[in-house]
Amino acid sequence: MLTRVFDAPRHLVWDAFTKPELLKRWFGPRGWSLVVCEVDLRVGGGFRFVLSGPDGHEMGMRGVYQEITPPNRSIHMESFDDYPGESQVTTVLVEDAGRTTLTATVLYPSQEIRDIVIRTGMEHGAAESYDKLAELLSGSV
Amino acid sequence: MCIDILNHMVSDQSSSLDRVFHALAHPARRAMLRQLAGAERNLSELASPLKMSFPAASKHVRVLEQAGLVHRRIVGRTHLCTLEAKPLEAANDFLEKYRQFWEESFERLDDLLDDLKSKSQTPGRGKRSPRKK
Repeated sequence: MLTRVFDAPRHLVWDAFTKPELLKRWFGPRGWSLVVCEVDLRVGGGFRFVLSGPDGHEMGMRGVYQEITPPNRSIHMESFDDYPGESQVTTVLVEDAGRTTLTATVLYPSQEIRDIVIRTGMEHGAAESYDKLAELLSGSV
Repeated sequence: MCIDILNHMVSDQSSSLDRVFHALAHPARRAMLRQLAGAERNLSELASPLKMSFPAASKHVRVLEQAGLVHRRIVGRTHLCTLEAKPLEAANDFLEKYRQFWEESFERLDDLLDDLKSKSQTPGRGKRSPRKK
């Protein structure tokens, strides 16, 4: 689950997430650019992003919108080209006094991985690295 | 030939992640992994809390074995299972990259939102009442 507060009104955050001309200006890590950005914002519509990185690497992802309730909620499926499986992402935007909180819930078995890894790490004396893993899996960004 | 080996390695990695996530996708298998995180267990010990038959449990363990998450050794009629955590690290790497991706993207989004806000507050476009004479 990703939670993030933005110092901006909700409609701007919604636009930033749904308009290709805006997405191109922030989506992806620094040094990467969104060379393909297609958004078909309707139930059953899809999106396709391809990010191009500094050494020519490309990273693609695609998805389908399942539910769209502007300006505060959407549910979509997403998958990355290079990784297996699909996740279901529910995104909710809540505005309070000009600031918007984004809560994105990604359906993934991360809780289970964390529990298993912590216990195994202690058994095998690799506690340190597993602590770090546990921390990053605790959910919020 | 070198490229073939590299391609093989890359597709190997993504198909092994495939098998790990598939293995983790079933609640019974996750329950088994949790039990195994503590100690080596035999198949009956894994099956009983799940109220599962021996063959059914064995099938689930097979999936876990194929994912490289469990090592099974058979002693007589006993199937002893141990957890192999390495494949979980690969799954964790993926999650970590995902989180980093969003962290950086959101920092860029902060900048963009500041930009959009200041544009929408440009004088003359606001709803301020006109100055009284």
